[in-house]
Amino acid sequence: MSTILSDNPVSGGIAGSRNGGLLPPLRSRSLLGRLAERFIESGLLLAAAFSVLITGGIVFVLVSESLPFFRHVSAREFLTDRLWTPMFADPHHGIMPLVAGTLTTTAVALLVAMPVGTLIAVWLSEFAPSRLREVLKPALELLAAVPTVVYGYFAVDFVTPALQAFIPDLPTFNMLGPGIVMGVMIIPYVSSLSEDAIRAVPMLLREGSYALGAGKFTTAMRVVYPAAFSGIASAYVLAISRAVGETMIVAIAAGQQPNLSFNPLDPAATITAFIVQVSLGDLPHGSIGYQSIFAAGVTLFVMTLGFNIIGAVMRRRYRQAY
Amino acid sequence: MVTSAAPRHAAPPVHAGPARMTATPPPIPTLLDSDVVRPAPPASRAIKAQVENFSFFYSTVQALADVSLPFRERAITALIGPSGCGKTTLLRCFNRMHDLYPGNRYVGRILLHPDNLNIVAREVDPISLRMRISMVFQKPNPFPKSIFENVAYGLRLRGIRSRSELEGRIQVALEDAALWGEVKDRLRKPAYDLSGGQQQRLCIARALANEPEVLLLDEPTSALDPIATSRIEDLIVELKERVTIAIVTHNMQQAARISDYTAFMYLGKLIEYGATAEVFQNPKCKETEDYVTGRFG
Ligand SMILES: Nc1ncnc2c1ncn2[C@@H]1O[C@H](COP(=O)(O)OP(=O)(O)OP(=O)(O)O)[C@@H](O)[C@H]1O
Ligand SMILES: [Mg+2]
Repeated sequence: MSTILSDNPVSGGIAGSRNGGLLPPLRSRSLLGRLAERFIESGLLLAAAFSVLITGGIVFVLVSESLPFFRHVSAREFLTDRLWTPMFADPHHGIMPLVAGTLTTTAVALLVAMPVGTLIAVWLSEFAPSRLREVLKPALELLAAVPTVVYGYFAVDFVTPALQAFIPDLPTFNMLGPGIVMGVMIIPYVSSLSEDAIRAVPMLLREGSYALGAGKFTTAMRVVYPAAFSGIASAYVLAISRAVGETMIVAIAAGQQPNLSFNPLDPAATITAFIVQVSLGDLPHGSIGYQSIFAAGVTLFVMTLGFNIIGAVMRRRYRQAY
Repeated sequence: MVTSAAPRHAAPPVHAGPARMTATPPPIPTLLDSDVVRPAPPASRAIKAQVENFSFFYSTVQALADVSLPFRERAITALIGPSGCGKTTLLRCFNRMHDLYPGNRYVGRILLHPDNLNIVAREVDPISLRMRISMVFQKPNPFPKSIFENVAYGLRLRGIRSRSELEGRIQVALEDAALWGEVKDRLRKPAYDLSGGQQQRLCIARALANEPEVLLLDEPTSALDPIATSRIEDLIVELKERVTIAIVTHNMQQAARISDYTAFMYLGKLIEYGATAEVFQNPKCKETEDYVTGRFG
């Protein structure tokens, strides 16, 4: 009789021991205990401060190194000139061709990674048998572990030739091929984080949908996906940052030729590709040409920051309190 | 309360009688007082669903053993019993929620009338079944959508696209769930902005919008305050004219107040079933009596 009422909230045991005086009375904590806590707290603070410090240091170097550049080139020229030729005899310093290259390759990559990554995440968490998921998830994560140099040559030697079968006048260097390859590389960034977010959606929400007569796919797309959206948005933002910052693939396969074009079939250079190109080249340190990589770096930083802020706003907006 | 038939075995007026009145102050009413319990409904109400020699297994764990039990039309049937006795398990068989998890097994039959459909038969499509049987869960579970879209969800699944039809049906469902007045000016706002009680009424509206034949309620008020609870109780009593209701509750007063029939379960078995007045005032089994009077354990 008594066993079935096991989760009866009245549990006499705890209350009894209190009253029976078996526990020592509460005392103020020992000096040692408080010191230890202080120590741990300041240790954690230090660790947090360290990461902020490094970020601050990077920003400082970027800004201070790009100041000589901006003394020479007006912000107006920087933002409106349609050419980026800092190494030419007649230099132009318009950043927009590099920004266009970066945005276009990023857009191509996201067009691949977001839908594919999201679908993989939904499929893995809602449809795949759990055994298969345990195998597939780490396998998928290997995609992100392949060295980007390999991806770069994969784009030049395989993807672009394959695309040329469909688009005959596609130049050897273009933004489409490396964009697609970059997209494949960041699929696991999207799918892994999204899957975590999707799995965190409480079963109760899914049951609510099934109970109304919804099928598996409808439930996944109309209830689970929106419920997990704030986490999935974080995954998208990470993917964007990763794509904007990707260097090797575009440097190898997109042509290293600044080009104010949003057409993925054109060759182009991205901000990162330019930076790596100049820093590996033989421009003398301190020349305006060399300092231009810091101006480009500042631009990259501002773009990434912008995407992250948008991401934070989206997360807040869509955050669900289950 | 409009039912005419008097309880067949009315409880003896334990606390009444002039002799006792003078000797002691009026006692606190208990569930054994006839005025707290609904009068028994006519026993002749048609059966909407019949559970027949039904057992249920969570893989190897048996949760229900040989349960046989009718659910009558235009009546509220309460499932009561100590925690872990299988009330939720039984309720979730009606809309095949157990199908969502591997390894679960139904044995026996649950017949849904009028078409004599065996709910738990393998060949019965759970989706079409869930279109006829709605469920409200213990914890409010609105979708991360607007109030409007929450109620529209089931309707859209049924292929209703026309804006005006959706709006009309949603208003009716929200009115039926006694929520319309509170939300009519903010139908486009997220459902998560509602209070817990409002969310639960939204879930009831969402279930009602589908015009179910049977409404399953699993402790629908256990997360709510007394005012929200009494609103939902009133609502449930009104709804029974249109839909067969099965409600799980731990609240004996609630079972006594709103249900017409009560089933007492214990350790996966049905111990006693009868008109609520009978079960509360004149229980046949010792366990039932102990449980409804709070002496259980
Ligand atoms: N998913 C599951 N797997 C295995 N056993 C389960 C599962 N769910 C419930 N059970 C067991 O089945 C029995 C009945 O559980 P059920 O949830 O139906 O009880 P209940 O009457 O609804 O209890 P409560 O009043 O606490 O909600 C319990 O012994 C429980 O431990
Ligand atoms: Mg339960």
